[in-house]
Amino acid sequence: MITFEGVSKTYPDGTVALDDVSLECRTGEITVFVGTSGGGKTTALRTINRMVEPTGGRVLIDGADVRDSRPAELRRGIGYVIQHAGLFPHRTIEDNIATVPYLLRWNKKKARDTARELMERVGLDASMAKRYPFQLSGGQQQRVGVARALAADPPVMLMDEPFSAVDPVVRAELQDEFLRLQAELHKTIVFVTHDIDEAIKLGDRVAVFKTGGKLVQFDTPENVLARPADDFVAEFIGYDRGIRRLWFIPASEAPLSDRGVLPADTPADRIRADDDGWTLAVDGSRRPLGWAAPGAVPSGGTLADAPLKPVGPTFTVARDSIRAALNAAILSPSGRAVGVDDDGRLVGVADQHDLSAAITRAGADAEPAPAVDAKPASDDVEPAPKGGAAG
Amino acid sequence: MNDLWNQITLSWEWLTASAQWHGEEGIPHRLLQHVIYSGISLLCAAVIGLALGLLVGHTGRGGFLAVSVANIARAVPTFGLVLIIVLIDYSITPVLVALVALAVPPILVNTFEGVRAVDPDAKDAARGMGMTGWGVLWRAEVPMALPLILLGLRTSAVQVVATATIAAYPGFGGLGRYIIDGLARNDYQLVVGGTVLVVLLAIIVQTAFAGLRRLLVSPGLLGSARS
Repeated sequence: MITFEGVSKTYPDGTVALDDVSLECRTGEITVFVGTSGGGKTTALRTINRMVEPTGGRVLIDGADVRDSRPAELRRGIGYVIQHAGLFPHRTIEDNIATVPYLLRWNKKKARDTARELMERVGLDASMAKRYPFQLSGGQQQRVGVARALAADPPVMLMDEPFSAVDPVVRAELQDEFLRLQAELHKTIVFVTHDIDEAIKLGDRVAVFKTGGKLVQFDTPENVLARPADDFVAEFIGYDRGIRRLWFIPASEAPLSDRGVLPADTPADRIRADDDGWTLAVDGSRRPLGWAAPGAVPSGGTLADAPLKPVGPTFTVARDSIRAALNAAILSPSGRAVGVDDDGRLVGVADQHDLSAAITRAGADAEPAPAVDAKPASDDVEPAPKGGAAG
Repeated sequence: MNDLWNQITLSWEWLTASAQWHGEEGIPHRLLQHVIYSGISLLCAAVIGLALGLLVGHTGRGGFLAVSVANIARAVPTFGLVLIIVLIDYSITPVLVALVALAVPPILVNTFEGVRAVDPDAKDAARGMGMTGWGVLWRAEVPMALPLILLGLRTSAVQVVATATIAAYPGFGGLGRYIIDGLARNDYQLVVGGTVLVVLLAIIVQTAFAGLRRLLVSPGLLGSARS
């Protein structure tokens, strides 16, 4: 656990980078520091490994003041990943990854074996071990950066905008793999980003900082979206925070039915015109094949003879959020979302009306729940303003 | 055209005459003197230039001052410096001092610029992963600045080799002897022969540094410079 106790940082010119910040980053969780630039989130992260020395308060790791350790030794026990990876151009990939093991004077073979193992872990091909950073893409370099931070298996990892410098597709990929990795490793991670979507996607808890180094809200992403602590937070998370909340409602909340679902070999005369007329053809093992428009089935033929429109995006009922279901409904030719299981077999369909009913229900359930461990950063912040009702 | 060809044949004859390859006045002895003067000067200049350049580059303090002083020093005519100092102390030392003064600026400026230009993210990562100040210098900054550091050393080495001819003015020999004697006697065969030897030595030095660069600089740095 990483504890901030009234941590402040004022620079000699009077700039306040951190203003009396207190919070706890729980062991094995991802704590995301998010906020506008100049909000002090990076400064806060850097007080943990003493890259910045606070002018007030203290930072503890598992109860021990970080100032009790010599900076270099402290840092060797804390993983560190930065925005542009900061790889050493003169070292091969494996030697980059083995940086901390070398500092800890592991023997070369053990250090390199560890490096190779980690390359596999972060999804880098072993053939890259002897290459140099300039031969890698931005996304690959960032993977090396993560592997390098993990090399000595530190319990704590600090990540300062690690995925900000890569394109959105690669970023999403890196984020997903990062979550998968964390599910295996259970590190205590402090993650800085200016991107609220990234914060919501990755954070077990989110700390929102605003200009002047003030911590304005520290809570789960669900609660930050449902009950922004003040106007700043509400504005920061954006006008569409209601939509963002849908990430936290499981798709399984949606009522699914077999309305308009028929096997592909159904003869034309057995197809009853439904209220909106679209029919979803499925094969023998209930895999969706496509949508048939109203009246598209030739008389005397079967459903399979109709020109089928592609199913489009589906959602996995057990894993996806209702946001994915809504997305599938909007993009579906029939306006109905197709829910499938992990094997791609149809579970049922739901239209936008069904989904919206589920959202309303889930919202009503979530509303009265008190924020767990929610604590205002300072006295002038209302803990739970009326803003939550809007979601 | 004929004149030039004449000169070349004459110089070639001079260079290959067996008399030139023996004794105090012979090429090997002069060459050795020249190499020793150049070597000592370059060594001293390297110690001063590298130490100051690394210090200033690593700490980031005094960079402007160091570069300004180095550039002013470059403007001082070496020949004038030799004459002034020789008047004070008649020995080889003034010659060496002048050569060192000539050689320090390129080494200092290139070392400083090389270290300063090291990717700040790489430096931040080095520190953040637990390298000490010395660790950052030796494991990150010096290897990354090495191409520029070697360039500075090479520039200085070539300049020193070419300029060490001035050692002959106060009478301390070296390859400059041939040039000065030749000029005094209007013996252009001697002048050209001496010059050719200095040029050859400079080319050898240049080649040696190119080899050193291949040997010492990481392919990771050479590769990115090419692409």
